[in-house]
Amino acid sequence: MSLTELTIADAAAGLRARKFSAAELVGAHNAAIAALNPRLNAYITTTSDAALQAAAVADEALGKGEAKPLTGIPLGIKDLFCTKGVRTTAASNILKNFVPPYESTVTANLLRDGAVFVGKTNLDEFAMGSANITSAFGPVENPWKRRGDDAALVPGGSSGGSAAAVAAGLAMGATGTDTGGSIRQPAAYCGIVGLKPTYGRCSRFGTIAYASSLDQAGPMARTVRDCAILLQSMAGFDARDSTSVNCDVPDYSVAIGRSLKGLKVGIPAEYRAEGLSAEIEAAWQQGINWLKDAGCEIVDVSLPHTKYGLATYYIVAPAECSSNLARYDGLRFGERVPGDTLDAMYEATRRAGFGPEVRRRIMMGTYVLSAGYYDAYYLKAQKVRSLIRRDFTESFQQVDVLLTPTAPTPAFAQGEQSDDPVQMYLNDIFTVPASMAGMPAMSVPVGLGTTGLPLGLQLIGRPFDEETLLAAGSALEAAAGFTHRPALRAEVVK
Amino acid sequence: MSYTLEGRTGTWEIVVGLEVHAQVISHSKLFSGASASYGGEPNTHVSLVDAGFPGMLPVLNQECVAQAIRTGLGLRARINLESRFDRKNYFYADLPTGYQISQFTHPIVGEGTVEIELADGTVRHIGITRLHMEQDAGKSMHDQDPARSFIDLNRAGVALMEIVSEPDIRSPEEAGAYLRKLRQILRYLGTCDGNMEEGSMRADVNVSVRKAGEPFRTRCEIKNVNSIRYVMHAIEVEATRQIEVWEEGGEVDQETRLFDPARNETRSLRSKEDAHDYRYFPDPDLLPLVVEQAWVDELERGLPELPDDKRDRFVRQYGIPRYDASVLVAEQAIADYYEEVAKGRDARLAANWVTGDLFGALNRTGRTITDSPISAQALGGMLDLVSDKTINGKIAKEVFEDMLETGDSAAAIVERKGLKQVTDTGAIDAAVADVLARNADKVEEYRGGKDRLFGFFVGQVMKAMAGKANPAMVNEALKKVL
Repeated sequence: MSLTELTIADAAAGLRARKFSAAELVGAHNAAIAALNPRLNAYITTTSDAALQAAAVADEALGKGEAKPLTGIPLGIKDLFCTKGVRTTAASNILKNFVPPYESTVTANLLRDGAVFVGKTNLDEFAMGSANITSAFGPVENPWKRRGDDAALVPGGSSGGSAAAVAAGLAMGATGTDTGGSIRQPAAYCGIVGLKPTYGRCSRFGTIAYASSLDQAGPMARTVRDCAILLQSMAGFDARDSTSVNCDVPDYSVAIGRSLKGLKVGIPAEYRAEGLSAEIEAAWQQGINWLKDAGCEIVDVSLPHTKYGLATYYIVAPAECSSNLARYDGLRFGERVPGDTLDAMYEATRRAGFGPEVRRRIMMGTYVLSAGYYDAYYLKAQKVRSLIRRDFTESFQQVDVLLTPTAPTPAFAQGEQSDDPVQMYLNDIFTVPASMAGMPAMSVPVGLGTTGLPLGLQLIGRPFDEETLLAAGSALEAAAGFTHRPALRAEVVK
Repeated sequence: MSYTLEGRTGTWEIVVGLEVHAQVISHSKLFSGASASYGGEPNTHVSLVDAGFPGMLPVLNQECVAQAIRTGLGLRARINLESRFDRKNYFYADLPTGYQISQFTHPIVGEGTVEIELADGTVRHIGITRLHMEQDAGKSMHDQDPARSFIDLNRAGVALMEIVSEPDIRSPEEAGAYLRKLRQILRYLGTCDGNMEEGSMRADVNVSVRKAGEPFRTRCEIKNVNSIRYVMHAIEVEATRQIEVWEEGGEVDQETRLFDPARNETRSLRSKEDAHDYRYFPDPDLLPLVVEQAWVDELERGLPELPDDKRDRFVRQYGIPRYDASVLVAEQAIADYYEEVAKGRDARLAANWVTGDLFGALNRTGRTITDSPISAQALGGMLDLVSDKTINGKIAKEVFEDMLETGDSAAAIVERKGLKQVTDTGAIDAAVADVLARNADKVEEYRGGKDRLFGFFVGQVMKAMAGKANPAMVNEALKKVL
């Protein structure tokens, strides 16, 4: 099997068994990036040379028998994680030349465990988007194709570059961040596994903020086990993030393949929403059957405030973003466009620096926080948010995990939905509620739809119970036997 | 006596509330590990958090919280066990993140009170509305270059306490007394150095005027006044301006103004319409701040004795007048000095010497109590010589001046100059006899009823004995002979 098709688990075993070297493994990924990235645009910045140097260090460690969990494993890093000495852009013009003098906690944890970074993956600008079409560095192409149709499809977003890179074999795994579905939805669109941990599980230190109360880093990989391996390294308390939670990180690998006998799986009625495509509904039913076969008890539950999720999200997230992005003023770092006055400089800098979607969200956020509107929008949204959280808390008194579709449709073509922002926002309708509630959630590919595109199902768990997600996810994975690969992948495009 | 201003249409009273920004004494900033110390080359006390770099997050400094709680306790205010940090959003070049982290809706300290005492002895209680923690901004420097402005972020992120008073203040004098008292309390607590010149304490002054019995009229806020004297001036000037506006049939606009001490006037900075919309909302990077009552109790146990308590104790313990006690507790160091002098000695005598001769000497030499040329121990040593009658009060003054000049101990000076008081009755009797012999005419007058000549005789005897005679013994000897 091609080195770019291996799982992280198998590659780690192969490296230890000296079946291949880290240099070979990383080299294969560098080559795949060189071949495919011009087409997919999954990476904004590639770090091939640094990766080869890191691979040499990894080989030395492997030679000494000092391998760590991720030694020699090539990963893509979403370009929202600050990486010391490596340009970090957030896919925005305003940071197009920004080189952080510091490392985010999540990437530092991965480096600590031996990972090799092959590049910084593309994303929607400042993680605002669901199709990876708002990047200042151009859109990412989904490596999957509809049957008999060569149209370029979107990879989902905002972690579209990470999802495309992992799906196409340009990385064995990648980091993503998820604010309203930015890990799960692109994972579903690209036929990979994406896990958004519980809010507070991974440190936000050094990750460029979009909406602080929602942003959460998580792993994206081709198998559930690989996600568990990555999460093991990424997770953990960090005193530099006041919202990171100080609780033990369990051994996630134990959860893989764990028996699901007696596990109660909730099926929320509200997710049978209008606009849910028949193929996704069929996949959902299939998932229910598989879990039943695995010994789960299926329970109908209700999350009555689901319908307010999106509206609430599009108040809270823009509000936070309007404040979080105020620091991009051209004064201390990033791009500056001069002006005659301070205000003129701000305006010119931010007009040139931010794309239309980012500007739209800053405007919305500024509006909902304004005097006279705060109570009607922001305050009300916070109240609804607590009702959404209560929905989940109450349903988790009846069930152990929820099963829903990840997105209402499979991947669509570039340009198909981009005219209407509200239509675009609807892609996140199933992922946003868990984000609002801070619950962990994971998307697992379960099959191909009628046009040959991957479909994902979402598992939502109790706070800090990522293990049940991994257990149920690995069961779905095993039952689905999802071995389909995208048309554009390293193995075939040389 | 209440303070009023006379206008054309009658008598006006003024209503003042103060918002004091007090810089917290702490090693590091409110949300970062950068040094909070004053001075330093520009931009040398700046962390990536302070500079608002991407992905940087605030982490609350526990010591700053402790300082705010101590201050709240010192203001006899309610401590809110749960408080919250909000973002106050506005763009400015010296505000790196584009928002100031402050406590808008849920401050750490609630209602309290400050007791002030006026020159005529009136005691008033000024209500404290709240105290909250917030970050300071950096400093914009517009005078370094003809075309450019420079930014120094050393101060950006330093912890401030904003202490908001009720509109209970009714005169410039009260405002001054309030600020002095607040500063005194902060200094006692060690939570703010109160140096207004260095900007570590600044006041925003809210002023309005009204006729007696009226509800409040529109107020103006005078921003960033940096001395107590200026605060007092600004209130008077602003109140006078408002009275004119009202009396000319106009309306006072709610606005922010600046005080220009050089021209002794206030000028409009921005009107209510131009006021910033700060778009406050809870900072999602910080959890609500929850403190345990046990910790508050522990901090309370660690508080020093506060000035009012100390003053009352001095009156009780040392039997000195309330006014003297107030003077002695003005600063912790003075109170400590006094207590060391008074310990085991005549406490009233000690109070007189400290507030009289010592303060006079410090004034003359431009020193403060902490670098007093005469230590408490040395002054005590001198008082011991007075008490055991080695020297009398008059000689003591001479010894004190010598101590001030030479730094020698009182005993050494008495020894060196031979100033030991004469208690030899023979010598005194001889001097008395001599004085009376030389002033036989006066003796006649005295005996004829001119009692006040007694003092003259005492003076003459003392003079004859170079001031060293024990005054009581001189009196006794004179009475006996006369």
